Amino acid sequence: MSCFDQPPILHVQPNEVDMSSPLMYGTPSSRVEGTPRSGVRGTPARQRPDLGSVRKAPQVDLHSDTDGAVASEPNAGQRLVIWGTDVNVGTCKEKFQRFLQRFTDPNSTEDENAGLDLNEPLYMQKLEEISVVGDPVLNVNCRHVQSFDAELYRQLICYPQEVIPTFDMAVNELFFERFPDSILEYQIQVRPYNALKTRNMRSLNPEDIDQLITISGMVIRTSQLIPEMQEGFFQCQVCAYSTRVEVDRGRIAEPAVCRNCNNTHSLALVHNRSVFSDKQMIKVQESPEDMPAGQTPHTTVVYAHNDLVDKVQPGDRVNITGIYRAVPMRVNPRQNNVKSVYKTHIDAIHFRKTDEKRLHGLDEEAEQKLFTEDRVQTLKELAAKPDVYERLSSALAPSIYEHEDIKKGILLQLFGGTRKDFSQTGRGNFRAEVNILLCGDPGTSKSQLLQYVYNLVPRGQYTSGKGSSAVGLTAYVMKDPETRQLVLQTGALVLSDNGICCIDEFDKMSDNTRSVLHEVMEQQTLSIAKAGIICQLNARTAVLAAANPVESQWNPKKTTIENIQLPHTLLSRFDLIFLMLDPQDEAYDRRLAHHLVSLYYQSEEQMEEEFLDMAVLKDYIAYARTYISPRLSEEASQALIEAYVDMRKIGSGRGMVSAYPRQLESLIRLAEAHAKVRFSEKVESIDVEEAKRLHREALKQSATDPRTGFVDISILTTGMSATARKRKEEVAQALKKLIQAKGKTPAMKYQQLLDDLRGQSETAITKELFDEALRALADEDYLTVTGKTVRLLA
Amino acid sequence: MPSTQDWINDPLAVVEEMFAASQNNSNSGWETKAVEFFQDQLKERDTHTLVPSLNDVPLHYLKPNSLVKFRCLIQDMFDPEFYMGVYETVDPSTKTKVRMLRCGKYKDVTECGVDFNSRNTVTAERQTFYCVPIPGENPWVKEISSSCLTEARVVPSTSYAPSRQKRSYEEDDDMDTQPQKQREPHAGMKIPSEHHGNGDCKRQETEAPSSQTASASHLDLNFPLPGEKGPSCLVKVYEDWDRFKLNDTLEVYGILSVSPALSALADEKDASSSLLDPAESMETAEEQRVHSPPASLVPRLHMLHAKPLPHNNPLLPSAALEDNSAFLSSTLSEMASVREEILSYFTHVLLGDALAAEYLILHLISNVYSRRDVLPLGKFTLNLSGCPTVASYTERFYQIIQQLVPSSHYLAMSLQNMNQMRLVPKKDYVANRLVSGALQLARNTSLFLDETQLEQGQLDTTGVRNVTALGNLISWQKVDYDFNYHQMEFPCNINVLIASEGRSLLPSDCQIHLQPQVAPSHLEESLSSIHMHPQASSQLNKFRIYLSMARLLDYSISDEVTKSVEDDFVDMRKDDPQSISAEDLHRMLVVARLLSLSLGQTSLSRDSWLRAKHIEMLRRSRMEQHKCVNGNEP
Repeated sequence: MSCFDQPPILHVQPNEVDMSSPLMYGTPSSRVEGTPRSGVRGTPARQRPDLGSVRKAPQVDLHSDTDGAVASEPNAGQRLVIWGTDVNVGTCKEKFQRFLQRFTDPNSTEDENAGLDLNEPLYMQKLEEISVVGDPVLNVNCRHVQSFDAELYRQLICYPQEVIPTFDMAVNELFFERFPDSILEYQIQVRPYNALKTRNMRSLNPEDIDQLITISGMVIRTSQLIPEMQEGFFQCQVCAYSTRVEVDRGRIAEPAVCRNCNNTHSLALVHNRSVFSDKQMIKVQESPEDMPAGQTPHTTVVYAHNDLVDKVQPGDRVNITGIYRAVPMRVNPRQNNVKSVYKTHIDAIHFRKTDEKRLHGLDEEAEQKLFTEDRVQTLKELAAKPDVYERLSSALAPSIYEHEDIKKGILLQLFGGTRKDFSQTGRGNFRAEVNILLCGDPGTSKSQLLQYVYNLVPRGQYTSGKGSSAVGLTAYVMKDPETRQLVLQTGALVLSDNGICCIDEFDKMSDNTRSVLHEVMEQQTLSIAKAGIICQLNARTAVLAAANPVESQWNPKKTTIENIQLPHTLLSRFDLIFLMLDPQDEAYDRRLAHHLVSLYYQSEEQMEEEFLDMAVLKDYIAYARTYISPRLSEEASQALIEAYVDMRKIGSGRGMVSAYPRQLESLIRLAEAHAKVRFSEKVESIDVEEAKRLHREALKQSATDPRTGFVDISILTTGMSATARKRKEEVAQALKKLIQAKGKTPAMKYQQLLDDLRGQSETAITKELFDEALRALADEDYLTVTGKTVRLLA
Repeated sequence: MPSTQDWINDPLAVVEEMFAASQNNSNSGWETKAVEFFQDQLKERDTHTLVPSLNDVPLHYLKPNSLVKFRCLIQDMFDPEFYMGVYETVDPSTKTKVRMLRCGKYKDVTECGVDFNSRNTVTAERQTFYCVPIPGENPWVKEISSSCLTEARVVPSTSYAPSRQKRSYEEDDDMDTQPQKQREPHAGMKIPSEHHGNGDCKRQETEAPSSQTASASHLDLNFPLPGEKGPSCLVKVYEDWDRFKLNDTLEVYGILSVSPALSALADEKDASSSLLDPAESMETAEEQRVHSPPASLVPRLHMLHAKPLPHNNPLLPSAALEDNSAFLSSTLSEMASVREEILSYFTHVLLGDALAAEYLILHLISNVYSRRDVLPLGKFTLNLSGCPTVASYTERFYQIIQQLVPSSHYLAMSLQNMNQMRLVPKKDYVANRLVSGALQLARNTSLFLDETQLEQGQLDTTGVRNVTALGNLISWQKVDYDFNYHQMEFPCNINVLIASEGRSLLPSDCQIHLQPQVAPSHLEESLSSIHMHPQASSQLNKFRIYLSMARLLDYSISDEVTKSVEDDFVDMRKDDPQSISAEDLHRMLVVARLLSLSLGQTSLSRDSWLRAKHIEMLRRSRMEQHKCVNGNEP
């Protein structure tokens, strides 16, 4: 609809051309083509329907000093303000120009400012960009305005309809002064965003009407494009005199009398010469995080104008800056009674998608939850307590008894490690998230823990391995029934980016689905190649999985791998693997009984006193995740090195490896997370100690070789303990000897060979062991097994 | 001080008076005063029975702008709206300012011409809830609550316009003498027994005149359960709407607004939709229909006072139990004896199985009384397996339950139902409303899942989703509403009873296998005899009070008993750690709690604990027995 953009009206004289001529269909801008223009006067101003009919207001009010304007400061005498406000156009313009020329933000982290010199005035560089690129839009961060001039900011928030056009004037004067030769399609428009009064949709109230607000939400519906008349062109049917009428409060009043010939009701609207602007209705719904429990989300109507049309799609998370409006319902001339209800909407001035960055880089802005001073103080006080770690871990899922270490592990997972970026050295991102696997007997409240965590974190997802398919976890491509467009629908893993993905019944998951997790759990990305869409989505999610043993009850005689039958490649990606077993001792039983009974009769208040509030815990975690990024201290790195060397030493004596670099990485992550719990910017040796302890605890539970009783990491990394591997080799050797002893027989019966070997061996040889030995020999290219026959090779 | 009749018949006059009085002195806080006035009036003895109820009185009998009450469930919450709290009027004929300030509160439509440019206009905010009658409310509740309101019902009808009076009388007769006429079999829900003609057990809805239901058919009133009837209402809330939650049950006292202007506005828009200015075309036709339905179908109610309902049993006093100690003590003393009666009745119904009857009582009085982080406490889902499949036993069984609990719903888990029904509410973004589903139920509704109806076959995607939703409901007492782009979790408190042949495919807190004491050959006979038992209504009422009361009692465990329970647990674990797990202890604590409450004891005694242990043991041994039998089967 750009052809209906505001044409340069000044150039078109009335009666210049025959209005009904089809020649008038040409794009308005084509009419001015060839007349090179520059400077403020040459560049057409483009109407801003987002601000309402503002073009008129300041003009009228500026010289209406006699009837409307009130001097805000009587002493200043001559200072005039726009009617109804305390805005003085001159001062305001001056202030804004000063802001543009002087404002610098050395600590800027916004990626929009990438490539700009942070020590130079920020917005002057942006103006320069405009002169090069030619896109006449200047986005202004309200936070910058506020830090520069609080008074100007207040005016901007309270009277956006008056102040923004003033800003427009200011910026254009400045721009064309600086770049007198540049040619723009229309004059620069200022688009403020990030009004600090960022609001939750729920907190909008009548006081916000006609103010500049920023709200966040999710787009749920967009309408067709609506051409909206900005200026009606009327022509007299009698004398062909034409006149223009501008829109006023959403209405265009038809002139009743022709001013030329004084005929009444002779004017008719000529659509072709009227001016339209694009408009789109967008429905935005509160984002699920902002909502109080037990209520349904609110929706708000947003109008997008001109080039903001079609900027957002349903499903997008957006921050919208705009002016909140309330219009009375249409007055019906036939009825005296009207509905006493207003319609509200927001005229959008600026959109900012909050989730598009998921494709690249981390969006700090959206993550930043605002904490009140008091809250921060409380959190800091809590962090200063020496036993904060124990306190927090006991506050986690208080209804689940004991399992202290598991809770501690999950707590560290909630905090996560520090994100490190090595992409410059070619290694890419290091995983900062801690993955945890819980396995154990059914009925040991694993699901309950998962449910709790899912409810605790803002971006948690809960899926069950039984019900989810690979696409449900990752992403799938769908054809939108309305637009026939291909849409990428994201699954649980992508949705829980920066959060925790809880997967229950991990063992029931199909292999196909599980294979997706390999990439996610180490590289933290998801690659998709479907229906012509090839992309890599970030899935920096921590995985908390729960698995049941294959034989319904945990078999202590078997290793973890044997018990849960998961591929070791996947298991090794879990930092911590905990067993949730039913410990059978009297003292434990007593405490458990006490805990459960008290659960059933204590009143809500009593419980609340005992444990930290879930809300405090939530805030604590959010705060730590946002503001604390601990680094390793010298002392801590030494401790880590030692710990790693120790771990490797344990195994080396018995010919097995008990630690791999992956374990070292896990240790670092855990230590960092522990430092975060303490709100410490430095990882110290106590953090390493705790990380070591927890890691050892988890290993003790999950990587103990049931045959020897030693901790053996290779159970998790290769799926087999070192003793088992040794045994396998022995059997293979024995078998080889047996075959060699038989002399030159090219083929043997499988069963007979097994019997022979059993007869010869001192220890019991299971069929599995025999099969493994055969496979080992086959790997050596010594023999092949086909069906029930074993053939020697060469 | 206005008389009783005034504040019921013309509450707006009271409000206007207070508003006018406040104009002379600013910050008089007339708004809170007005609300307080009505609250005080309603607090007085029995005044609330004088207020006609929208549930019982057909809409056209009610006087517009009078005070009415409505027993309802908040089905959906619309967006808040801004309205003219105070406005200035202009004389439309002379176009001159009359300088008359009017109050727009508690009204939908303004009077006279409004001066939109006036500086005195005050914009205020209010919230709209879409409310429906409590889903699954059983006929006896409606009958009893409407019978104690006969007095109130006369009041508005006498003040009715004479031209319509004749018709009113006719309909009045109609309803009093032949209430059966209104009862139609449900659509979408098959209860075969309804064809057997057991009139008493049919679900009877409010006595809405047929004209209303006929015209309602083209408009989906969005009731959670299929086949429901009755008025739905747009309730406008003026004060702290944050305290209301979706699915809350309330008794709303408010000013009824059925101004035809509301409908006129809507009609006109439909007709001239093509000519609408763009500012109003943002609402789709569906949205229009949903958010401003004709007031004759969906009246508006401007809330003055709302009372959350802890229960909807009309036999119990509506005030909190603590305030009514006389009632409390009299029923408490009777509870043990009533329990005996109800136990023998249930034993009879359950074909002579006394243990199952015991568990049925426990189930019917269970209630989620608290939540520990994600864990709901006090839920007691019962799986009654081994139900005979002959002679539509499960349906008859349900009908008996229906006679006893205030609200219930029968859900046949047939393959077709599972694959086609909408159980989980879903947000419809086109119409901008929450499309209800069968699991959007009020607290303490009994949901009867009949698994004997399930046959072999394929569950499709909807079916799987529905079964998952049922599973979630049972394990966590929550329903994840579908908001298309995300899901939202709503906690609920629904008593689920699963009747099945074998062990149910759904999880349950407690499974008991029915052991009929009747020989299979006599089964048919004894089944039909269940209904032969004439239950005197006084007897029934006793049972009804008993079941609702037991649920409302407080409960505690003394330190002493705590200790002995702990000891017991440790001892049991010592003998055989496999015999009792933490989960079993959870269940036993719930059983003990419910058992105590069913006896009218508000704290756990050692005896009750032992008894709970005993019945648990019986049940478990029966389960093992049953397992063995199954194992022997080829």
